[in-house]
Amino acid sequence: MQINFTHHQSAHCENGVISNLMKHHGFNVSEPMAFGIGSGLLFCHIPFLMVNHAPAFTYRALPGIIFKRFAKRVGIKIKREKFKNPQQAKAVLDQNLNNNNPVGLQVGVYNLVYFPDEYRFHFNAHNLVVYGKENDTYLISDPVMEDVTTLTDKQLEKVRFAKGAFAPKGHIYYPVDFPKELELESAIIKGIKHTCRDMLAPMPVLGVKGIRYTAKLIRKWPKKKGVKKANHYLGQIVRMQEEIGTGGGGFRYIFAAFLQESSKVLNKPELSNLSKEMTLIGDSWRDFAVDASRIYKNRSAKEDAYNNVATQLEVIADKEEVFFKKLKKAIQ
Amino acid sequence: MKKDEVPQDKSNLESANFRELCYAVDENGEYTTVNSTGWDPKTIALNKAIEDINQRVEDAKQRVLNNQTSPIEYYMELHKMDLPILASYVGLWKWRVKRHFKPQVFNKLSINLLQKYADVFDISIEQLKNIELHAN
Repeated sequence: MQINFTHHQSAHCENGVISNLMKHHGFNVSEPMAFGIGSGLLFCHIPFLMVNHAPAFTYRALPGIIFKRFAKRVGIKIKREKFKNPQQAKAVLDQNLNNNNPVGLQVGVYNLVYFPDEYRFHFNAHNLVVYGKENDTYLISDPVMEDVTTLTDKQLEKVRFAKGAFAPKGHIYYPVDFPKELELESAIIKGIKHTCRDMLAPMPVLGVKGIRYTAKLIRKWPKKKGVKKANHYLGQIVRMQEEIGTGGGGFRYIFAAFLQESSKVLNKPELSNLSKEMTLIGDSWRDFAVDASRIYKNRSAKEDAYNNVATQLEVIADKEEVFFKKLKKAIQ
Repeated sequence: MKKDEVPQDKSNLESANFRELCYAVDENGEYTTVNSTGWDPKTIALNKAIEDINQRVEDAKQRVLNNQTSPIEYYMELHKMDLPILASYVGLWKWRVKRHFKPQVFNKLSINLLQKYADVFDISIEQLKNIELHAN
């Protein structure tokens, strides 16, 4: 049995699932729209958490929260369920498919067989859509893939019940109730306000301050941790920034696309100018990645080089601070 | 990033035959999406991370052969896990898993516990006890 579902590739999995499910239900919501309204943009140096033996950085809001905010702001209702028992999780999934309802699932990446081996880490916040079942094979629309794919029920159970941080526990979700028309305007404004608040938050590890905090640590790493670890940590920053799903530049380009689209919806030309500015900030993040990669490419890096990339980050932080203050004013 | 600046470098994505989606502006300044085959700075970062993991696996292997640690640590590294992840997969406290890294403790583990670990690593108990039997 197969539901008539159209797969659109997206940069990021969570936005992609939102956008694809909304399109299936007849609402044309683009990926940047979903990302912006859900206030996905962020920077956070997550304290105390180590991922792959390096500090954890994120350029986006916590898994699941983008969809949650999006739903609340545009006025749709989502049903979510988590399970202890894999059989029950499977039964609920099958029942939904029988009712012709494509569903979103949260899964772990490590056992996702269609991913290239090098990308299979223990990361549990990946999202995909199941849109049908043929015998024991589920039809999968993974938003980051160019085409649809399949998983057997064993393979699907494994990824749905991956363990570790953010364990999905069979998490299944789908929209159940829609308004006649989406309240895009107010949702966009709420989304932007929230992002400005996050990025300008008076917290040492969050937003603009978080970027400065990271820059400060980068200066210390070579002395405190040794060159090998410093390079490994730097590599981690770049990987989190440019990993599949960010659309490049740590989500900054997707956010710029969102501002551009919003300027048309709200009829506010200043948002379009701000979008251009955000694109340039995205370019600065890319330049930072290029310079950082030079450091970890040559094992014998000078301390100077670390100071150099740290300064670049501080410049980016300054630019983003100015930017988000302007953005806050623009939507008032 | 302009549309024609989207990098098309060689990367490990090729093996799975897929290209990721990037956002970029076209000639008129409008945002659009472009597929990318990869970008060197991040391919290098990823390759470094994989090199590190391989190094950790090799270290763990040597320590198992020198009887300094149990095969559990080797298989943990092989599966890109760390202690919290492994503990969560076998459903034990972290300190218990850590204790099982000691060869003398590992040698006395019950069949039940061994089976738990073997299931997580998708191997047989014989392979769990003797890493030489594991083809890799």
